[in-house]
Amino acid sequence: MKVLVPVKRVIDYNVKVRVKADNSGVELANVKMAMNPFCEIAVEEAIRLKEAGGADEIVVVSIGGKQTQETIRTGLAMGADRGIHIETDDEVEPLGVAKLLQKVVEEEAPGVVIMGKQAIDGDNNQTGQMLSALLNWSMATFVSKLEISGDEASATREVDGGLETIKLKMPAVVTVDLRLNEPRYASLPNIMKAKKKPIDEKTPADLGVDTAARVKTLKVVEPPAREAGVKVASAAELVEKLKNEAKVIG
Amino acid sequence: MSILVVAEHDNASIKPSTLNTVTAAAALGDDVHMLVAGSGCQSAADAAGAIAGVTKVLKADSAEYEHGLAENVAPLIKAVADGYSHILAPATTFGKNVMPRAAAMLDTQQISDVSGIESADTFERPIYAGNAIATVQSSDPIKLITVRSTAFEPAAEQGGSGAVEDVAATGDAGLSTFVGQELTKSERPELTTARIVISGGRGMQSGDNFPMLEKIADKLGAAVGASRAAVDAGYVPNDYQVGQTGKVVAPDLYIAVGISGAIQHLAGMKDSKVIVAINKDDEAPIFQVADYGWVADLFEAVPELDAELEKSL
Repeated sequence: MKVLVPVKRVIDYNVKVRVKADNSGVELANVKMAMNPFCEIAVEEAIRLKEAGGADEIVVVSIGGKQTQETIRTGLAMGADRGIHIETDDEVEPLGVAKLLQKVVEEEAPGVVIMGKQAIDGDNNQTGQMLSALLNWSMATFVSKLEISGDEASATREVDGGLETIKLKMPAVVTVDLRLNEPRYASLPNIMKAKKKPIDEKTPADLGVDTAARVKTLKVVEPPAREAGVKVASAAELVEKLKNEAKVIG
Repeated sequence: MSILVVAEHDNASIKPSTLNTVTAAAALGDDVHMLVAGSGCQSAADAAGAIAGVTKVLKADSAEYEHGLAENVAPLIKAVADGYSHILAPATTFGKNVMPRAAAMLDTQQISDVSGIESADTFERPIYAGNAIATVQSSDPIKLITVRSTAFEPAAEQGGSGAVEDVAATGDAGLSTFVGQELTKSERPELTTARIVISGGRGMQSGDNFPMLEKIADKLGAAVGASRAAVDAGYVPNDYQVGQTGKVVAPDLYIAVGISGAIQHLAGMKDSKVIVAINKDDEAPIFQVADYGWVADLFEAVPELDAELEKSL
């Protein structure tokens, strides 16, 4: 079975994001970028599937400008077999991404698509669900445990009340949550090997997909700042302040 | 045109975040309908009709909707979408799961996690874990929206007179089936709607120490939450997690115990009205957002706080 893993290049999750002075977006120039953490978990899951004999090829696909190739190489260094780069400098919305991925799925015919539940830039949490709809495949979102056997899979999902288990008819789109696995670091030999792995280049036009934006960002601002308050030295002082100053208890 | 709210419910009653979603819907138009898709869901539909501001309830009562599987609910949303300018659902794991699937079927770019409504097509939403707020304008003819419930007041559960109307079921897509669930049982209020939340982090050192927080929670009528670190370490179940990818809470009082305050955690709680932080590291970033900071070893501070509350409440 072939596994397709879509990945996204985002601002590294440790970087403090800054809003641009003209309020047109957030500052991306000279900022450390990395693979979206949920995408790393998806790549790791695909590799574990392959190591356990449940998959024979892992294809990593990403959409974006030239530097997106670095993110694809990260996936290849972790253990994916080859990459597909859909090059565009436009910002593509989740629906556009899902439409591009639909074409890739039609060409590649994977048995499963494993991807992150959300990217930590737009925090949209949409693409997997949309891709699944366009393909009319089954889906499991926010997955913390996945077992695929033949034409069926069992997925445990992290939901608001706890955990939910569902059975999926394969092929399926699976979006992964934090506790599915802990992604490995790529070793130096594997980083070297990854440089030789093939990456196919395509454009949205090659795939015949219109990725024109439906939603326009009018402005981006800093959230209202919170100021550090006062320090207290005892429980008595804290309770007194919560009662009489903040008036939130008692 | 009318506004449709997709209700989150358990077939018997409507989940609280749906009430906040009704308030968001009412800001877009005064004819607010509610879709209740379930199995044996008459009482949920009646409860939906009673919500202040709801003028009509669409009830789809059929076995395939019992567990809210997206593959079955999304086609129903598509089937009833005609005539609505906006379709809203709470940005809970239910809404996040179902709505994008419906949006793709309607060829619409969903707006996720809306925290403010400027006009019928212009919305505010947090991006980058709430480190920036974007104002976005949609050009889609029908707008699909998930609503950040902490940003809107809940609508009153009574006062509405929405008549319940049956709509035809769309059938089982045959793609997925519900197997089971393990829900955390608790007598305490629900995390996302509690007036007071007390959360523990890695500093708690073990799940065995969480009863310290539970004792305080019970005195204050609070819910108990946790940071990702505490959940990852297995101290408490996943549904305790507050943060960018867990639950977003905005209670009147948030007490962070042994939580350092990573950006991802702050994203889930920094809209709380009053924040208290107890941490032995006085450099912990949580103190930068705390109204009341107490630099102390939590294993001494928490019992002291418990005793003080016992005395003074």
